[in-house]
Amino acid sequence: MAVVAAGRVLRLGGRWSAAASGGPSAQRAIAYLFPSGLFDKRARPMMKHPSEIFPEQRKIQWGEDGRPFHFLFYTGKQSYYSLMHETYEKLLNVQKHQDQLVAQGFSLQKEKKNLVGSRWLTKTELEGMLLEKLSDDDYSRFIRLLEKLMTLPCSDIEENYIKKFSKEIAVQLQKVSTEPLKYDEQGVAFSTGEGVRKTSRATAVVYDNGTGKITVNGIDILRYFPVLQDREQLLFPFQFLDRVGKHDAICTVSGGGRSSQAGAIRLATAKALRSFVTETEVEFMRQAGLLTVDPRVRERKKPGQEGARRKFTWKKR
Amino acid sequence: MRGRRGRAAALPGSGGGRGGSGKFGSSSSSSATEMAVPRILRAAAPRLYSGLPAPAALTAAAARPRDPEDKLLAEPLRHPDFFKVKNLFTLKDLFDARVHLGHKKGCRHQFMKPYIFGCRLDQDIIDLDQTMQHLQLALNFTAHVAYRKGIILFVSRNRQFCHLVESTARECGEYAHTRYWQGGLLTNAHIQFGPGIRLPDLLIFLSSLNNVFEPHVAIRDAAKMNIPTVGVVDTNCNPCLITYPIPGNDDSPTAMELYCKLFKMTIIHAKNKRKQIEVFQELQSRQKGDTSRPVVAEGQA
Repeated sequence: MAVVAAGRVLRLGGRWSAAASGGPSAQRAIAYLFPSGLFDKRARPMMKHPSEIFPEQRKIQWGEDGRPFHFLFYTGKQSYYSLMHETYEKLLNVQKHQDQLVAQGFSLQKEKKNLVGSRWLTKTELEGMLLEKLSDDDYSRFIRLLEKLMTLPCSDIEENYIKKFSKEIAVQLQKVSTEPLKYDEQGVAFSTGEGVRKTSRATAVVYDNGTGKITVNGIDILRYFPVLQDREQLLFPFQFLDRVGKHDAICTVSGGGRSSQAGAIRLATAKALRSFVTETEVEFMRQAGLLTVDPRVRERKKPGQEGARRKFTWKKR
Repeated sequence: MRGRRGRAAALPGSGGGRGGSGKFGSSSSSSATEMAVPRILRAAAPRLYSGLPAPAALTAAAARPRDPEDKLLAEPLRHPDFFKVKNLFTLKDLFDARVHLGHKKGCRHQFMKPYIFGCRLDQDIIDLDQTMQHLQLALNFTAHVAYRKGIILFVSRNRQFCHLVESTARECGEYAHTRYWQGGLLTNAHIQFGPGIRLPDLLIFLSSLNNVFEPHVAIRDAAKMNIPTVGVVDTNCNPCLITYPIPGNDDSPTAMELYCKLFKMTIIHAKNKRKQIEVFQELQSRQKGDTSRPVVAEGQA
């Protein structure tokens, strides 16, 4: 329409009379004169789906004669209270069943179910399920009732009902699998491990059928670590597993100072020894702290202080 | 509230039956706004609605379609015990259900004195003869309300019987409220629930005290909103604002089960009676419709 109007305006000039006479190509030719994003496809408003804007709401709660549909309508929170009513009914059911079993003479045993992989619905999820606002008190009351139902011995009858309100959480499994032993040309079993401590990085190869000889960067530990403390650190994994003279170790280490290198090699040898040892002993090692990376790193120096923590000398005047 | 029933009973006899009974007939099935008018105005200016003599032609023409409805609603009011409520229970049933046991002398409410038979070892005993009468009146009233398709709300704040009361209400197709009573439920209903809501026509209290042993707020609110109440009053309760008090025990499980059973039976019985009479009237009208046609009518259903 703008183009047609413009065409009329330009009829005065001779050169543009082609556009004035009309025709789609002519209109397209002069469209650049009237840039308007209004009719562009990309200028159309982006709208959400109506179900996102208008969330699911309660429809009218009573019929033509004015009588409400739900028997707990006049309480105000009909979904929540009917849920409580239902759950309490299941509880009474279970108790009745228990009484019957006791009357018949069976003993009741509760097998402890491992609840690690499941959690109850959160308050928001429950609100979404009931389409009703809940208060924290209401929610906690409901969860308490569910827990009470769970603790009863015969609650297996109502398992389906309880499952509606529990969700499974993906249990993050740790890497329990240890690497298998490798064998070199002579048929001797060996295993590798890596360790870090502060800025040191170490790798250790632990061989079976050994005499307890440990080499670091091609040098014997007695030469490489003159201080007793460092050598004690290296031998700790073997001593913990009572395998002091049974393994040989060839280690490489770089970075850091003497103590941190010793710690890195200790972690590397401990990791390597996992393959030689049973699962329970691996668990003992883990609990002893042999397999944990020491997270302590050098703290930075802050401005206005002499060191990381040390402040400048405070002078009264 | 009793006056309302009395007035309604008198209306079909009077000349201007259209105005009075029409209002009464529509009041139980229309929305709250229409219902409010007869209650409030009736209380304020009873003579306005006593029915004026109208011209014969008009009454005849207008009364014809309402005739069966009038009969339906007016018929039960002619009998003192239309629903035979007296046959539902005996004094022995009340005694076996321990309805006569009250609280200790120290808990006694002053206004419950007329209903108490005596006191044994400091425990009050409720007079079961009076309980019988009151219970019959209350059940009769409930039956009439249920017959007229009124909304009945069971209220009880006793946690021990919360589930029982809710189940009773659900089974007879009525409503229950055994939870925390929000302040404006009856008095502020249009804002809390939405416009066009219909309030209950009868409140039945199976325990008239709340959790802190004070009279339930709903008794006062129902009195404010002109809603009749039926209530079981124990020796520590205040029977003042309750329209049909029933002096009796509200703490024993046997007593509560008895009350629930009785109310359930009356309501279901009254509803069935209504359906029965409606079906009967429909059959009658069909027969009449068939016979009034000049052409040979079809065979009866």
